[in-house]
Amino acid sequence: MLALLTRDLRLAVRAGGGFGLGVAFFLILSALVPFGVGPDRAALAPVAPGILWVGALLACLLSLDRIFALDHEDGSLDLLATAPMPLEGAVAIKALAHWITTGLPLVLAAPLFGVLLQLPPAAMPWLVLSLLIGTPALSMLGAFGAALTVGLRRGGLLLSLLVLPLYIPTLIFGAEITRRGAEGAAIVTPLVFQAGITLAVLALIPFAAAAALRVNLR
Amino acid sequence: MSIWEYANPVRFMRMTDRLLPWVVGGAVLFSVTGVVWGFLTPDDFRQGSTVKIVFLHVPAAMMAINIWVMMLVASLVWIIRRHHVSALAAKAAAPIGAVMTLIALATGALWGQPMWGTWWEWDPRLTSFLILFLFYIGYIALWAAIEDPDSAADLTGVLCLVGSVFALLSRYAVLFWNQGLHQGASLSVQSGERMSHVYRYPLYTAMVGFGLLFLALLIIRTRTEIRRRRLAALQAREMRA
Repeated sequence: MLALLTRDLRLAVRAGGGFGLGVAFFLILSALVPFGVGPDRAALAPVAPGILWVGALLACLLSLDRIFALDHEDGSLDLLATAPMPLEGAVAIKALAHWITTGLPLVLAAPLFGVLLQLPPAAMPWLVLSLLIGTPALSMLGAFGAALTVGLRRGGLLLSLLVLPLYIPTLIFGAEITRRGAEGAAIVTPLVFQAGITLAVLALIPFAAAAALRVNLR
Repeated sequence: MSIWEYANPVRFMRMTDRLLPWVVGGAVLFSVTGVVWGFLTPDDFRQGSTVKIVFLHVPAAMMAINIWVMMLVASLVWIIRRHHVSALAAKAAAPIGAVMTLIALATGALWGQPMWGTWWEWDPRLTSFLILFLFYIGYIALWAAIEDPDSAADLTGVLCLVGSVFALLSRYAVLFWNQGLHQGASLSVQSGERMSHVYRYPLYTAMVGFGLLFLALLIIRTRTEIRRRRLAALQAREMRA
């Protein structure tokens, strides 16, 4: 499993493109919003938590189809499916690799973009924390979507159509945590919900994703 | 004699062939009666004549949810017992459910404009219906995208299971996110009288009518799917010969 993880990470770094692209997209999005909304602090600050979360969602979406597509093309996915390791484990590891290459950079870069969007400083730690809790669920759900669409030639658009509705609960609670952090309101409830969703997703979705992969590899 | 007998496509076709005229007749009878009777009811003392939209709005909304549940059950039957009719029924139900959701949203907007002063509000009920619509769209798109019918049935089945969990989760997450304008349940077993009898009976009639309407459309569409599958099999045999 560790070998698979290091292989995926090495591929992501050396093949180029995928690794920093999510963060770059996030940066562009954060730079575009003030052009649309206006540079006013009073206009930007209230929407900043939502924009940052939606941006993270979209940035995460960009690289989803790469989770399985390349391995499906060169046949290594078939090898993974027939390997002694359960396919569920392989799916979880691939989602983890996706999170390390996409989710984690987003989490680390988020405060910087928060500054760009005039997010109140009090909300910064909560933004990072909510992303840290929420983005693993995004990667795992994305792996499920990627598993559903892996055999399709033009699955990218369909993938986003399938995956984005699944992101709604995570988005709601993530943005809520950040917003409450900005206002200094009680934060425990959305935090617990967010963590609960992520844990449930991490525990259950690998089975659904592996089932979908098996169908696609038949 | 069990219900699984009808998992056999031939039996299913024979049974539905006899059943269909009755279902169609019942659907027309009940939905026309319900809607027309509803239209002839007196105006509500606060909402005026706009209340009459309820006889389309509520049955459509009810069916929008129930059709998804039916798709969930049909998907489970396909995944567990591999009956093709079940998978095809789930496929046939999805567009009907999407249209019902759209009717509920559209009539709701028409009703909301005079009553709440807005076409759309990010109210929990409205939002969860929009989300339900997105799930329908995704489900239909996945069916359309995959060529091999068995793989498509499997994958959409898995999507339906996961989607059901997330549709429910979104429903309650949305409740957390915003409290809304929409009233609570208009018909409830526990709370007793919420709605006058004048409106209640036509509404029940329309609900039965919409249920039968769904059944009729479902049977027609499932029969079409079965025939399409047979046609594909015949063509494949032709190609091989």
